[in-house]
Amino acid sequence: MHQLTGLRVAVTGGTSGLGLALVRALSARGARVAFVARGRERVARVAAECPGSHGIIGDVSLQNDIYPMALQILGELGGLEVLINNASDLGPTSLRLLGDTDCEDVERALATNLLGPFRLTKAVLGALSAAAREGRGAVVVNVSSDAASTPYPMWGAYAASKAALRHMSAIWDAELDGQGVRVLSLDPGDMDTPLHAQALPDADRSTLKQPELAALEVIAAIEAALPVAEGRADDHPTAVAQ
Amino acid sequence: MLAATEPVQRPNDAKLLVVDALGHLRHTSRRDFVALLRRGDLVIANDAATLPASLTGRHLPTGDAIEVRLAGRRSLAADQVQLFSAIVFGAGDFHTPTERRLAPPPLLDGDRLSLGPLLATVMETLGHARLVALRFDGSSDEIWAGIARHGRPIQYAHLSTPVSLWDVWTAIAGPPVAFEPPSAGFVLDWQSLAAMRDRGVEFATITHAAGISSTGDAELDERLPFDEPYTIPSTTADAIAGALSEGRRIVAIGTTVVRALEHAATGRGSVRTGPGVANQRITEASRLQIVDAIISGVHEPATSHFQLLCAFADRPTLEEADAAMSARGYRTHEFGDSVWFERRGAR
Repeated sequence: MHQLTGLRVAVTGGTSGLGLALVRALSARGARVAFVARGRERVARVAAECPGSHGIIGDVSLQNDIYPMALQILGELGGLEVLINNASDLGPTSLRLLGDTDCEDVERALATNLLGPFRLTKAVLGALSAAAREGRGAVVVNVSSDAASTPYPMWGAYAASKAALRHMSAIWDAELDGQGVRVLSLDPGDMDTPLHAQALPDADRSTLKQPELAALEVIAAIEAALPVAEGRADDHPTAVAQ
Repeated sequence: MLAATEPVQRPNDAKLLVVDALGHLRHTSRRDFVALLRRGDLVIANDAATLPASLTGRHLPTGDAIEVRLAGRRSLAADQVQLFSAIVFGAGDFHTPTERRLAPPPLLDGDRLSLGPLLATVMETLGHARLVALRFDGSSDEIWAGIARHGRPIQYAHLSTPVSLWDVWTAIAGPPVAFEPPSAGFVLDWQSLAAMRDRGVEFATITHAAGISSTGDAELDERLPFDEPYTIPSTTADAIAGALSEGRRIVAIGTTVVRALEHAATGRGSVRTGPGVANQRITEASRLQIVDAIISGVHEPATSHFQLLCAFADRPTLEEADAAMSARGYRTHEFGDSVWFERRGAR
């Protein structure tokens, strides 16, 4: 696993669910991690739990938070090889038909799930392309969902934003091919996370994937997309690339 | 010439004056700059992102309002952000021309400064009443957060509206270490990088902490440019050695790239990899070892940027270029038009 040692990774939504599992797993494997979340106390708690990680307070849905966020990521890490756009917004907090969905809920889902990843990726693209030029590779992971490709009723706001993110990821991956920057859209599966509980509070949690397992799958996909380094473990299950 | 007053990095009507190695002048559109490049050329840009280096606050011993402009740092290390050199102004902001800004209250060693969420101590003055070494309180992460939340990009009176970080970060911006934007890099976008690749032009970057361009004080301005730390990646050093050994052109995007590469030149057809601190002035007396051509902004003859161009072309050519740009209404400053100079004579 020492391909991850020293790798500079930024994770949004890093204090709960998959994001928290990623921060823990990446830190434990020697990566240099900066993570972003909205809550000051939770950011401080996770930073204390993962020594060497850098906690940044910010909201990816806010235009004016993006550059201060990028500045801290790039300042504190000195550069960046991997950006994981993980922070997600469900839209209306109890799922409902599109006809019953408030416009504001759609706007918030788009701001968090589409515009935020777009803005943050754009702000750090120079650093990512430098990492690629210098032979270290560069990967953007946009956390997606099967709702991005399957039209599940009641999931309209979330699903539409994730579908747009998935399509943007594919275009960006094609456009950045010449720069050596990979952009992946990964569906981690149905996980036992606060966001899932918000959507389906009555779900049988025993049927849901643990975010720790999904984090290992995301890390394996990142490793597979980076230039080959000796000693890379490839015995992890693979996240589903969309 | 007039100052460019809108923070647009690539205006459609941006002009480019091309001065070739024989001193011949021609005018073109800056959008077409990639057409000046040839297969095999190595283009090198500065990928420094720009700090929001202007911090407003109070001088605690007097309670007076101040503006601190961070101006220098000894290294680019991410965790070494406690110590900076800085220019301090009194009350007011960028709307007042720098040379008319109020002086700060007398700054004494040990004075405490409150700068938004940040606290700092004046460690010493550096040979001038408004140039100080200061030390921030707190951890590196706290200092980065404070600068990110409270700082504004340094700007001058020729721009009437406040600029944001997205106005001053180049497309390729990476490590946030520049105090003012390496603005020659505004010419670059992802389309032009793709066009370069299609032409067989190689592209590489360095990171150089571009310093402030004006202090508002003639005596301090004489000391510009301040020492500027930089770092040269091994892939860039390899590309330079390859280009030099094969006689391919090396094109610098901006004066900071010239300063760093010439500082790192070994004299044996290569540059040193890794960190350095550029502390030299490049003038007409300088013999360029690395760079064959430069694309740069339009600078007034009194500036250190202009001095650097004297290493590329002789005085009569520079005067002719200046007159030609004045006649055509070229715009100066960071969002202005551009010049392309090819070095006269061989290395």
